[in-house]
Amino acid sequence: MAADSTLLLSLVEEFVSGLQDSKAKDTATCVKDGQFTVLQLVEALGLSLTSVQPHTRARGVQLLSDVLHDCYGGLTEREVEVLIAFYEDRLKDHYVITPPVLQGLRALTKCTVLPPGSAVSMLRSLFQDVHVQSLMLTERACVYNMLINLMATREAELKGVGADFVFGFVQSMDGERDPRNLLLAFQIARTIVLRGYDLGKFTEELFEVTSCYFPIDFSPPPNDPHGITREELIQMLRDVLTGTPRFAEFLLPLIIEKLDSDVQSAKLDSLQTLVAGVSQYEHKDVAEFLEGLWASLRREVFQTSSEKIESAGLAALTALTSCLSRSVLSSDSEDSLSTFLELVLKDCKHHLCEPDLKLVWPSAKLLQAACSASNRASHVITDAVMPSLIEQYNSRAQCSHRRTLLEVVQRFVQSVRTCENEESVFSAFRPSLCSMVFSALTETNASLQVTATSVLTSLAQHTGLLLDSDVELAVDHLTRLLLTEEDHRVSLAVVECVGALAGLHPAAFITKLIPRLKAEMFSEPMDENDNGAAPEKHSHHAVRQRCLSALAAVSTQPSVVQESTPVLLEVLSSAHAGSVVFSVEEVVSACRSLQRIAEQVEDSEETGRCFHDVIIPRLLSLALQAALQGEGSPGRRSPLLEEAVLSAMVPVISTSCSRLQPTLAGQTASRAVSLFLDGDVSFLPDNSFPSNIQLLKKQPGDSWSRSQMVCLLLGCVCSLPRGVEVPRLDLLMTELEEMSCTCSCPLSYTSAAKCFAGLLNKRPQGDALDGLIQRTMKRVCSELDSASSSVRTQAFTLTLWVAKALLLRYHPLFTTLTDKLFSLLDDADLGPAAADGFSLLMSDSADILNRGCHADVRIMYRQRFFCENSAKLVRGFNAAPQEKKPNYLKALSNIVNKLPKQVQVSELPALLSLLLEALSCPDQGVQLSTLSCLQPVLVDPPPALIQQLEALVSRLLALTSSPAMSVRTASLRCIHAVSCFPEHEVLPFRARVLRALARPLDDRKRLVRREAVRARAEWFLLGSPGGS
Amino acid sequence: MSGGTTLENANPVVFQRSGDRLLTSNEEDEDVHDPIDEREIFDLIRSISDPEHPLSLEELNVVEQVRVKVSDAESIVGIEFTPTIPHCSMATLIGLSIKVKLLRSLPDRFKIDVHITPGTHASEEAVNKQLADKERVAAALENSSLLEVVNQCLTPTRSI
Repeated sequence: MAADSTLLLSLVEEFVSGLQDSKAKDTATCVKDGQFTVLQLVEALGLSLTSVQPHTRARGVQLLSDVLHDCYGGLTEREVEVLIAFYEDRLKDHYVITPPVLQGLRALTKCTVLPPGSAVSMLRSLFQDVHVQSLMLTERACVYNMLINLMATREAELKGVGADFVFGFVQSMDGERDPRNLLLAFQIARTIVLRGYDLGKFTEELFEVTSCYFPIDFSPPPNDPHGITREELIQMLRDVLTGTPRFAEFLLPLIIEKLDSDVQSAKLDSLQTLVAGVSQYEHKDVAEFLEGLWASLRREVFQTSSEKIESAGLAALTALTSCLSRSVLSSDSEDSLSTFLELVLKDCKHHLCEPDLKLVWPSAKLLQAACSASNRASHVITDAVMPSLIEQYNSRAQCSHRRTLLEVVQRFVQSVRTCENEESVFSAFRPSLCSMVFSALTETNASLQVTATSVLTSLAQHTGLLLDSDVELAVDHLTRLLLTEEDHRVSLAVVECVGALAGLHPAAFITKLIPRLKAEMFSEPMDENDNGAAPEKHSHHAVRQRCLSALAAVSTQPSVVQESTPVLLEVLSSAHAGSVVFSVEEVVSACRSLQRIAEQVEDSEETGRCFHDVIIPRLLSLALQAALQGEGSPGRRSPLLEEAVLSAMVPVISTSCSRLQPTLAGQTASRAVSLFLDGDVSFLPDNSFPSNIQLLKKQPGDSWSRSQMVCLLLGCVCSLPRGVEVPRLDLLMTELEEMSCTCSCPLSYTSAAKCFAGLLNKRPQGDALDGLIQRTMKRVCSELDSASSSVRTQAFTLTLWVAKALLLRYHPLFTTLTDKLFSLLDDADLGPAAADGFSLLMSDSADILNRGCHADVRIMYRQRFFCENSAKLVRGFNAAPQEKKPNYLKALSNIVNKLPKQVQVSELPALLSLLLEALSCPDQGVQLSTLSCLQPVLVDPPPALIQQLEALVSRLLALTSSPAMSVRTASLRCIHAVSCFPEHEVLPFRARVLRALARPLDDRKRLVRREAVRARAEWFLLGSPGGS
Repeated sequence: MSGGTTLENANPVVFQRSGDRLLTSNEEDEDVHDPIDEREIFDLIRSISDPEHPLSLEELNVVEQVRVKVSDAESIVGIEFTPTIPHCSMATLIGLSIKVKLLRSLPDRFKIDVHITPGTHASEEAVNKQLADKERVAAALENSSLLEVVNQCLTPTRSI
């Protein structure tokens, strides 16, 4: 015990007289360990605490406070009581003692055993004896933290004090300047406001002391260690100011005043604060300020200086209106909503009727903002505005005016949301709105028609607004436009509108639109011998195209799909049979429409059956019929033999297999496998096929029509979700490999190679996979290595696709294949193809090996490939003979082109000399791809590039006289980009560039001239007064 | 220029901008020669900014495609522009901007004539004479404050 007390005394001595701050920690540890109690510490401190030197007393208190800071948890209630009494007394002492006293009190406020009444007495003496704002920053923070701690645990006690507490707080924060402390002070004020402390007669004082910071204008110093942002302060202060309706009478005039400010951020903040405020207020809080607020809001929207402020102003108007709509009215109060809306209407409505329609947009936006606030407001506004808008529309003759009015109407219709099971606001105007839309649809002005379609779409969104008869009439109008209107914009808008309407009213489209479109498509164009046939045929072709895209657009509901897909299938079968003449392009469009339907339709049992049981078998059957017919008769060729048509069928099948009903997709895949392996045609409709059709075996006479069907197999088996198994996979892959290495038809061997790669990519990791890859590689390498082999191209194609399949999934065997591809760059025949192949490796292919097909694609495979291989490529380039160098450059630009820009910029310095070399390479393809990969880099040039500016500019200027137009345009674009380099770097080139660009101004191609003009204009402005 | 803080025509009528020229297959064909035509010249000058407003000359209807005459074979370009109000003191400046834009954007071989649409400006003749005088145009561009204003008019605005 004696030892302990000596230890304690020495610790105290060292801290107080020796000024060793670390001893406080040691003391605290001892107290925590129970070596001595706080009481013993106070006893030991006795001398220091009663010293006549204020600094000694301060040190003594400091030690006690530091210890309490660490040990407040272990105190008893009695101890706390004594300590508080001690500290409260110390507050009256010399000012140097105040800081440690405050720290001690703060520690005590964290005690859970605070005796009742002590919180209040602590605060009383604090507010009485300390002038907070004359304290230092950290002590002020200490006071705020005390308040925060007490408010968190002793709310009831503090509320018992009444308004004095608020007054004390107001006094202590009055004049606070430091943002860190302000955050704390705002936090306290927010709690006072939100937790319902009694503000008494100090409401205005509390508002004043916080609102004087509004709007917050604070920009943190650079490298601010405290990380306080302007947004934090704004949000905190906004919470305080808008926290209670009692502030409304002070806040609203303040907002009106601040909206007069010229500072944009102040306006924005005021408007956002207004929105936050009125969401809490009732009508009586805002009633007397409505006129002032409206005047300010109107001014902000009418004389808007920025879009942000305009939209904030509109949001504020909406919030204000919905505040007024929400209020419960007593019998004697006036209806402030209708008063306010009268005000709005009085100022805005007449602008909608002015002859020149100049202020129509701001007025309409204001009205729409008010309109969207509540059901009642929308009734009032639409009742007042719609009749005059409709009348205006009917009386105006100018198309541009009518279009403006129609657009205004559209925004009104869109701004009002109809609630469930409630009559739409527009019901009363339905007939006149419909007749307005239909009359606009019959106009000849294209933009009027486009606007009318969007009004129609918006009207249809109001459930229950349009009657069936209206929808039918609309369908008639839309059908007529679809069939007759040549304007591209109109037909796009009509197709879009048809799509939106069909989702809501499928019945009218099934009974009217689809039969009409079908009839139109199957009608024969005018007699072909007729002299005027060419334009007629052209327009008939255009009509068919529009019909096909409309059929796809309407098919979002399963019931519509059931009706529309048979029409599309019939187009294909008639085209095959030749009963109705369809061009290849039209057949392709029909396939595209099917594909679009498969992409957009909801994945349900019904649609799944439709695609897997009807459409896919039908497509396979038609293709097979065409293939067999093509072998037999040399006469008319079915369009279904064309590569374009087959390639368009593939995505129909693969989209259905990837996203519709996995079980059915699995069934489709196994049917397709048995069709291709065994010639099992039992599931195909129109089954009159000969037995024993072998689709994957080499055909006698090398006929390609049957073998190219393998691309449809690709659609069936390569895009299945990962969990769906393909039956007899090994046999299938062997056959595909055989076919891809032996077949001579490009479509067939490429499709087989792709199909093989697609299956390989999804096979699970393991020895089986490795064995398969090695076997395949051995085969292709032996073909590639024998220069006389007739199937080198085939082997190369397979190598490339296998390489891609493995690259995507990071398979370790990939590197062997890459090395093979790099070595092929030196090959006399396959070199250019190998260089192009890198583009295929690096880009996403549309039909296979992408994420949509559920392929195994790792992230950032391109970067990885680039990082692993760029050095190899540079080495190969340096070692290659001169005539092979272009292949390397081409491969390089193909790879770099596809990399994300961030990677390009960071990797560029190493490759820059190679890329500049590529610019002077005579191959136009290399020039073009290098230019297109340089251009994005030039926007934000790395330093390495600026060092090479001379070489860059002279090469670019040389390319402006290239024989290829695309190279000329691309190089001019790059020269344009160079003008944005740091001015002092490019200014020396100005005269030279301007002289050189005079020539392309007289280029024979307009597109080149356009780029030259743009580039030259920028270079003229460079370094010139008033230039950028 | 005339230095007032108030705008001469504070509330001009704004016209619609025409869309971009539609790309034809001929323009993409390497072998076809595209002559410089009215639309191309109009595209050069329509985006010039008005010195007073953040609007283009096209939006203010100061320039119109029908008032552009061009012959590629004879290397002649003629532009008529219409000031928004007959006393517009900016007329010379607008004319100068059009002229400078064309000088920078057309091949040397062209003879460029820029003048006011007859009967639309109070001091039409004086302005036309100034614009036709090569020496005076060159001298005007030596004046750096004038060049600054012209350059500002010619600085491409970010399309909205």
